[in-house]
Amino acid sequence: MSSSESSGNLDRREVVAQLLAGRGDALLITGLGSTTWDAAAVGDREENFYVWGGMGGAAMIGLGLALAQPERRVLVITGDGEMLMGLGAFATIAVQHPANLSVVVIDNEVYGETGMQPTHTHFGVDLAGMAAAAGFESACTVYTQSDLDTLCASLYSTRGPLFASVKVSGDRHETVLPPRDGTYLKHRFRRALLGDAEKGSLAGRTS
Amino acid sequence: MTDDAQIGEYPRWPEEIFGVLCDAEVTQVAYVPDAGHARLIELCQANGSMRSVALTTEEEGVALLAGAWLGGARGVLLTQSSGVGNCINMLSIVQECRFPLLVIVTMRGEWGEFNPWQVPMGQSVSDALGNAGVIVHPVDAADEIADTVAAAAELAFNAFRAVAVSISQRVIGSKVWK
Repeated sequence: MSSSESSGNLDRREVVAQLLAGRGDALLITGLGSTTWDAAAVGDREENFYVWGGMGGAAMIGLGLALAQPERRVLVITGDGEMLMGLGAFATIAVQHPANLSVVVIDNEVYGETGMQPTHTHFGVDLAGMAAAAGFESACTVYTQSDLDTLCASLYSTRGPLFASVKVSGDRHETVLPPRDGTYLKHRFRRALLGDAEKGSLAGRTS
Repeated sequence: MTDDAQIGEYPRWPEEIFGVLCDAEVTQVAYVPDAGHARLIELCQANGSMRSVALTTEEEGVALLAGAWLGGARGVLLTQSSGVGNCINMLSIVQECRFPLLVIVTMRGEWGEFNPWQVPMGQSVSDALGNAGVIVHPVDAADEIADTVAAAAELAFNAFRAVAVSISQRVIGSKVWK
């Protein structure tokens, strides 16, 4: 195996499209880099919050959102490099144990945005094993279309926290850019979720 | 010493901060365990309307509270000064999106510190936070803490800013090693 050849064969764009096909009103957080382009390629939505920076933070943003919105399903889709930078989140999420949170890593085993250098998962680091050991309700690694179908059947309905690492090929796709102004993404997400979010914002005035 | 006497020896300011957080409708409390924040953390853990989230590193809390705000909830990050350094890159999310952020920092490495390894980060807190776009309210008197946290909460949640209150080691007391 060359240094940049993934152990996965699935196509990342097809995987993300299938993951999102059944999302209903689920809220989506994506990590910086390819998973944001993947989600944008499927279709931009107000209930998508793309994290264009803060590497390692996507899963924790998902946790804060899941705790604030326990009636809504929250899906985090991020890359293996982004997840590796925030591995402590596995422990923190497992302890909080939100039933409505699913975290999916699109694992191509390389840092796609910086020149396809291999990540630790390329050398065998097992993200699903780490999530399971931390105490996630369920955790799996997806290698085949059949595995993916099984994951998609439970992604929004099974009791969380759920973790899945989906092994995809190293093929690169067109970069599809969603909106990238952070304040805009924040405001439109809150408006879609909360309505007129600013209306009640003085409720907590302390003076 | 009786339990009552021990309770009587608690300083009032952690309870006062707790009251301010309740008034500000804070529902997510993120922290890495810390001696200076120990009493406040206990109060938050015991409160049914607050979710206490223990972190492995403070930057997780910055991301957590961004997600909380996206979901319509307010939070606070409780950290020791050493944890401020762990937050720097994650604070770029806060600055770029103009997320409200309330941080309460218990200082080490300044007033009466004996551990030299705490000094570099402790002395960098104000500049580091300022450079990362966080407004810093230092406080070094116990009776000014509650008002300062209340003002910081106002600035954070109603003026949509990132604000840190840094509580001096002069108030917390230098760590006693026996």
